[in-house]
Amino acid sequence: MVIEQKVVEQKIVDPEYLFFEAKRQKRFITGSEAVMEAIKRANVDLAISYPITPQSESMHLVGDLYAEGYLKDYYRGENELGVMSAVAGASMGGVRVFTATGGPGTLRAFEMFPTWAGARLPVVCAFFCRGVNSPLTIQPDTIEMGFMLDTGIIMFHAETAQDLFDMILKSYIIAEQPDVHLPIGVFADGFFVTHTRELVELPPDDIKLPPYDPYKSPVPVMDMEIPPVRQMRDPFVMKSNFISYACHASWQQEVRAAGERARKHINKYLGELIEYDNDDADILIMASGTAVSQSREAISIASKEGIKVGLVKIKVLRPFPWQEVKRIARKAKAIIVPEFNITGWLAREIKSVIEDNTKVIGAPRVFGGMTMPVELILEEIRRAAK
Amino acid sequence: MQKVEYQVLAGPEGYLPPPAALMGVVLPNKGEALVEGRIVLEGDAMRIIAQKLLSAKNPTIFPGPLILWAWNERAVEKAEAVKEMAEAVGAKIIPMPDYRPKYPMINPEEEINPNHPNLTIWHNKIDVCVFVGVHCHYANIALKIIRGGTDCYTIALCGNYGHEDAMISLRDVHAEEVRKLTELIKKAKGREE
Repeated sequence: MVIEQKVVEQKIVDPEYLFFEAKRQKRFITGSEAVMEAIKRANVDLAISYPITPQSESMHLVGDLYAEGYLKDYYRGENELGVMSAVAGASMGGVRVFTATGGPGTLRAFEMFPTWAGARLPVVCAFFCRGVNSPLTIQPDTIEMGFMLDTGIIMFHAETAQDLFDMILKSYIIAEQPDVHLPIGVFADGFFVTHTRELVELPPDDIKLPPYDPYKSPVPVMDMEIPPVRQMRDPFVMKSNFISYACHASWQQEVRAAGERARKHINKYLGELIEYDNDDADILIMASGTAVSQSREAISIASKEGIKVGLVKIKVLRPFPWQEVKRIARKAKAIIVPEFNITGWLAREIKSVIEDNTKVIGAPRVFGGMTMPVELILEEIRRAAK
Repeated sequence: MQKVEYQVLAGPEGYLPPPAALMGVVLPNKGEALVEGRIVLEGDAMRIIAQKLLSAKNPTIFPGPLILWAWNERAVEKAEAVKEMAEAVGAKIIPMPDYRPKYPMINPEEEINPNHPNLTIWHNKIDVCVFVGVHCHYANIALKIIRGGTDCYTIALCGNYGHEDAMISLRDVHAEEVRKLTELIKKAKGREE
């Protein structure tokens, strides 16, 4: 049986128009649906899926987009490593791609993340964070983000479904800049964001981003029909000598430099790398993801008790907003860092860039799928206020 | 990573110099250029390039795959413009036809390779070089290796956003901009003669 591929007609518009000018309408949708809405407008060529909770629904909905004619191709891979390898091949061939995973799926595919960055592939991938084994949990936990920090990919952390929509859509334009050209991981806390509904403002769905232009890439696109680019990223490491390894080292440095160049584009499209409120307060909370939402609630209650607390929402983990964090931390007497993981990777990051890291309170921490009751954050605030 | 007043100067800077982007050097906006890590107007940078090339003992142009292969009309036009510029300077042309590592060793008189560009520079005693038509990733790798191991002054004529790791870098350079640079070189040469 031959299935006729549907094609939906959408008008290509400037990214600035799609992001900032097109009139938006509010819809009451889940985070997974926000992913689908972003991909609908992103002019994605190919999406490849592999199921894992709590990500499965988002890629299922992206599959529906293929059936409706929004994507050129879509299929299920054999496992996460296979999926991440396949999107790498497609991206190397000049195709705009999307995929998503989370928790153990992230770990299973791990080899490919530094490979994407090293090959300068502008892959966009959503990570819906959950605990990793063992013991088994399918519930939210951001420990995988700590593992991902040194892979060379750019990392955004969404607090809400609105963040998720905007970050995924804008990631394509940031990732594909010739001076950046790196993968972007958009992370969101599983279930809390993916499976809950909120009002999300969406631009019309009859417009989409311009297509990816692989010929602006800083590395040759694997177009086998065009001679100057019939070249791969050659494996100089196959020779054991000092020159080869020095080149490999220089290559790795260039990947980090590309991440640094992303700051300018992130500022342009996503706003600053952080958002802040009452940053002159003696007590600050610095957080990312849904820990920010819990912190807002705790700050509101603390305010009624007469305790002023500032909030710093860290939207971008790589490149890390070290200058912004260092500047804001300077005046604070205590910095509370609530996290959904056992290692406290965000507290570690903050401690590594501020001048006096003894004022960082790496608490509260919940993990293994626990929620973060507001009272836990309030206890830290009250303790710091004494 | 710390932000310091970092200058992108001719080396040798030593083993694995830091990428200038990680030392606080940012790429120029449209109409601007980089000279030794500082943002300047594009016209000013062009005049400095002309001076550097004309005062060099052995200026050499390294054209890369994007202009060495006639894969579209713009590539051909840019390649012709670069050839005219080389003639105006009296510069040698040593191509970078691809990015494959050449083993056991390249012939440094015939080509340059991004994985060990220092070999070609040392062998030919090149004191000023121009990268043009090289994919940005490979240009950056090579420029940094050159800064680390040689005293060569590097100039990058980039078709995209420029290169922090070159001592002078122009952005958005296509055939028209190369011809403009050639005119400046010819004028400067006329004044010298």
